[in-house]
Amino acid sequence: MSEINPSSLAEQSVGIVAAQTAHFEQPLCLKSGAILPQFDLVYETYGQLNADKSNAVLICHALSGTHHVAGKYNADDKYPGWWDNLVGPNKPLDTNKFFVIGVNNLGGCSGSTGPASINPQTHQPWGSQFPVLTVEDWVNSQTLLADYLGIQQLAAVVGGSLGGMQALQWTIAYPERVRHALVIASAPNLTAQNMAFNEVARQAIITDPEFHGGDYYAHGVVPRRGLRIARMLGHITYLSDDAMGAKFGRKLKDTIRYSFDAEFEMESYLRYQGDKFAGEFDANTYLRMTRALDYYDPALPFDGNLSQALDKVCAQFLLVSFTSDWRFSPARSHEIVKALLDNELTVSYAEVTAAHGHDAFLMPDPHYHAILRNYLHNIKVGEPS
Amino acid sequence: MSVNIAEFRHDFAIIAGWLPFGGKVLDLGCGDGALLEYLKSSLEISGYGVEKDDANWLACMSKGINVIQMDLEAGLSDFEDQSFDTVILSQTLQAVHNTEGIVREMLRIGREVIVTFPNFGYWRHRAQSLQGRMPVSKNLPYQWYDTPNVHLCTIYDFDQFCINCNINVKERLVLTANQPVTFMPNLMGSLAMYRLESMPKK
Repeated sequence: MSEINPSSLAEQSVGIVAAQTAHFEQPLCLKSGAILPQFDLVYETYGQLNADKSNAVLICHALSGTHHVAGKYNADDKYPGWWDNLVGPNKPLDTNKFFVIGVNNLGGCSGSTGPASINPQTHQPWGSQFPVLTVEDWVNSQTLLADYLGIQQLAAVVGGSLGGMQALQWTIAYPERVRHALVIASAPNLTAQNMAFNEVARQAIITDPEFHGGDYYAHGVVPRRGLRIARMLGHITYLSDDAMGAKFGRKLKDTIRYSFDAEFEMESYLRYQGDKFAGEFDANTYLRMTRALDYYDPALPFDGNLSQALDKVCAQFLLVSFTSDWRFSPARSHEIVKALLDNELTVSYAEVTAAHGHDAFLMPDPHYHAILRNYLHNIKVGEPS
Repeated sequence: MSVNIAEFRHDFAIIAGWLPFGGKVLDLGCGDGALLEYLKSSLEISGYGVEKDDANWLACMSKGINVIQMDLEAGLSDFEDQSFDTVILSQTLQAVHNTEGIVREMLRIGREVIVTFPNFGYWRHRAQSLQGRMPVSKNLPYQWYDTPNVHLCTIYDFDQFCINCNINVKERLVLTANQPVTFMPNLMGSLAMYRLESMPKK
């Protein structure tokens, strides 16, 4: 194993990318008992699959992520993919070495089959009839995408937050199909407090008069207000008290006007984030993503014993948490570490000192990126094709 | 992985001699992972390190060593009872606050425990103390104002500690300049190495 010098090669963008769609005709049986008769998964890939197909890395997204992980669709796009600082030539997840896959989860609103898709049986949008999905269902569907791409075993599955739960689930459900799991800012299940935030977010959406029980597509409206409030609440929990203090403090936009307008900069920020999100995200997807978070609990069939739940796991693990992340605190990562140690699995764990709260997992902190770079550098893959 | 012969460390070799081939080893305060790397290559141990410093953590990761980032003073509850063949505390004892608590935790986690520390009773240290100065040496390289060491002790002190805590000393070796010392070890020895276990139940 060699030392690596991060500054030796310039990091590059993956450049202009395009999404692709995989169509699956076979029905997918869901954990709830519901069956999805057919479905699409939209995905992007970066880098080249090598000759023995041993260099594929799947990136699992969190609540509001998509398959668009890196690069731009057009040169004049304002922003690249959501984890562009991680993925690219000479970046920590180096596309000169790895074939990286981003996928939009089922139930999403970025191209994969979701609540706004047309139900083939009714020829209407699924809406309220779209099933509630689980982390297990997502991982099952992701294995079908791996099959579709001709990949028997992934070099790694990488995910933060809800994405980390999917990475963990891969190692539990498909131990022979994944060699490494990078579980970042995640947890083996949600605490009551964490689920409580999800419930408030869902209530904001469900009680919006324009929600129409989830069938708002037929009414030509969207529950913007509910989705906006849900997102504002989420943003508060993704930041630490210190990070909000540093970013906004008590700064006023102008002056105190004794009104309920956005007078403080923090309020402007939350409103801006809420509005932006409500304009581009689907409320039914938000409900389902938060529910998948709530339900995930691999230790449940083992009376809460996570070590037993990981009994069949054979992947190697990197876990990373962030000191100021109170929504997925370091203590929750420790629970996973302990269960992996109990099973004598290969695991390393880093607790990164960071001020940004849960959002830190998306930030290009140099030490954090050095951790990922070093770990990924040591993953062995076959020769390039 | 290769071990640099020029930097051969006799204390590493002694530790290796106290471990079973292919054993499961936990190194607390593992630094840059040099000991675990040596033990992995020489004995094919399965090892884990515990280290709190970011730069050391990264150095371990670069060597392909399993490393858990935590402050060992914050508790070792991630590790189950008797889940390791050997738990090592290499030249870290003197920097630990809760000395007794950590040694007890090590004996809980490991069937055997290896503790090494710089002997404060080494004659060079005594000579400097007699001259009215805080000792500075190869094994105690810090000045009084920047030392991480909080619990310096002599071989005599540690022997008493083991008796008081009902810890069985399976073996004790003392080194100076990489050579074993048998004559008046508490005076002539610079580095003390102990192989410990819980006192067998009668």
